[in-house]
Amino acid sequence: MDQVLTIKKNAEAGIIDFLKFLLQKDEIGGVFTLRNISKQGKYDYGLITDPELLKDAIPLHPLMPVNGGKMLSNFSVVDEKIAAVIKPCELRSFIELVKRSQGKLENFLLISYTCGGCFGFKHSVDNNIDEMLPDYWKVVAKGTDYKDIRETCKACEYFIPINADITVSVAGEKDLNSISRLYLHSEQAKRMAEGFEGDISDEEFDRSQYEHIINKRKEFKVKLFDQIKIKDTGLDGMIDVFGKCIGCHACSRVCPICYCILCDFESSTYDYDSDMMQTELSRKGGVRLPPDTVLYQLGRLSHMSFSCIGCGQCTEVCPADIPVSVIFRKIGEKVAEIFDYVPGRNVEEEVPVTIFKEEEFTSLGED
Amino acid sequence: MDTNFTPKIVSFLCKWCTYSGADLAGTSRMKYPSTILPIRVMCSSRVNPAFLIKSFFNGADGVFIGGCHPGDCHYQSGNYHTRRRFIILTKIFETLGLESERLKLAWISAAEGARFVKVVTEFSEKIKKMGENSAKKKIFI
Repeated sequence: MDQVLTIKKNAEAGIIDFLKFLLQKDEIGGVFTLRNISKQGKYDYGLITDPELLKDAIPLHPLMPVNGGKMLSNFSVVDEKIAAVIKPCELRSFIELVKRSQGKLENFLLISYTCGGCFGFKHSVDNNIDEMLPDYWKVVAKGTDYKDIRETCKACEYFIPINADITVSVAGEKDLNSISRLYLHSEQAKRMAEGFEGDISDEEFDRSQYEHIINKRKEFKVKLFDQIKIKDTGLDGMIDVFGKCIGCHACSRVCPICYCILCDFESSTYDYDSDMMQTELSRKGGVRLPPDTVLYQLGRLSHMSFSCIGCGQCTEVCPADIPVSVIFRKIGEKVAEIFDYVPGRNVEEEVPVTIFKEEEFTSLGED
Repeated sequence: MDTNFTPKIVSFLCKWCTYSGADLAGTSRMKYPSTILPIRVMCSSRVNPAFLIKSFFNGADGVFIGGCHPGDCHYQSGNYHTRRRFIILTKIFETLGLESERLKLAWISAAEGARFVKVVTEFSEKIKKMGENSAKKKIFI
């Protein structure tokens, strides 16, 4: 049975109070959260150990400067427990990283929330998030999507945290401005909350109340997937969509799943030496430069698409405006379906390419 | 259809089974099509899916992987991993509308020289019917 901790403050202030309490009680050694780093509306993730610094914390701010899950894997060597306030997709990416031995769950108290989606980098650069915030929170409280959030977020049906120690009720929470509702799932969360001034009562977190939001998001997802028309045109479609790729590999840099220190595609394996270039030229009469950008995308799809949690960072950073995230999610879902795999669902579920069953696909290769 | 078309089939053959099977076919004086360009690998799981994609984009009309029968892998489980990777790659090809029929995986043991001949002949015929890989002419890939 879950417990619900109710704090009579707005959702964000409630979380900050609770984090401060945990820090002062020495239950945790630090807090990982979004922070306001200047007065000009600049935000960043930070690790805080001084309770005083929590005054600048904005744990629910609708922006993902980097994927927090990727950042958490940096602290896996820290001995003390860290409370991390992250978005549900970041939590799922952290679970995927833990499966790949890039992090430890035991080091964290994972706090997440029912997410109303976040703004793209464009708004962060233009510095106009602050003026949209009041409207944003009104819309989120109603359980609908704000018009200017990222398309990836509008198509995300996994906005309810999976595997969190604490879930904060945000999207669809009517009393967002007056009440902070923290659902305590795990034993460690319940133990840590002891002694906190706030109402604690037994109440199961009800996932069914979000059904209508999930359905709406799924609808939008189908629409978004349909816009990617590679299927109809095959090879030409591939060139059409990925033809703009400049080969900067930024998408894999920001990808929480791509953790390899030396990516296969940045190694010399696929380099062209002058002989190869000559061969290509005499065969085709021309070579695209930089070469193999479509190979890179397809290769990355074959290496990690089944683990794509759809955080959308790759689309955000793409200088050529390629909808990388939509393509990866669309294909990733199809691939994951074969293995009945949902990325970030369960830390016990192993990554499809690291395991096998003897009795599967038995007819393949026998004809 | 161009009747003179001779396909090129890049083939990754596992040293312990399929490559030896091909050897057996040769020493037994069995005939198999010269469309096969064999590349010996230590295990079928050595083949990175990107190798197949690279071959495909560089104009190989077919790409073939040959490995030991499931359960017979010289390294215990290599071919089971190959199997999953191959399934994933064909799914990606299908979803993107690329010709997944140009990819083939077959288990052929060192004793199955005749089976090697049969499999590659059939695959070669199929590719011949399909015609040239259109990627061959695509410069901007």
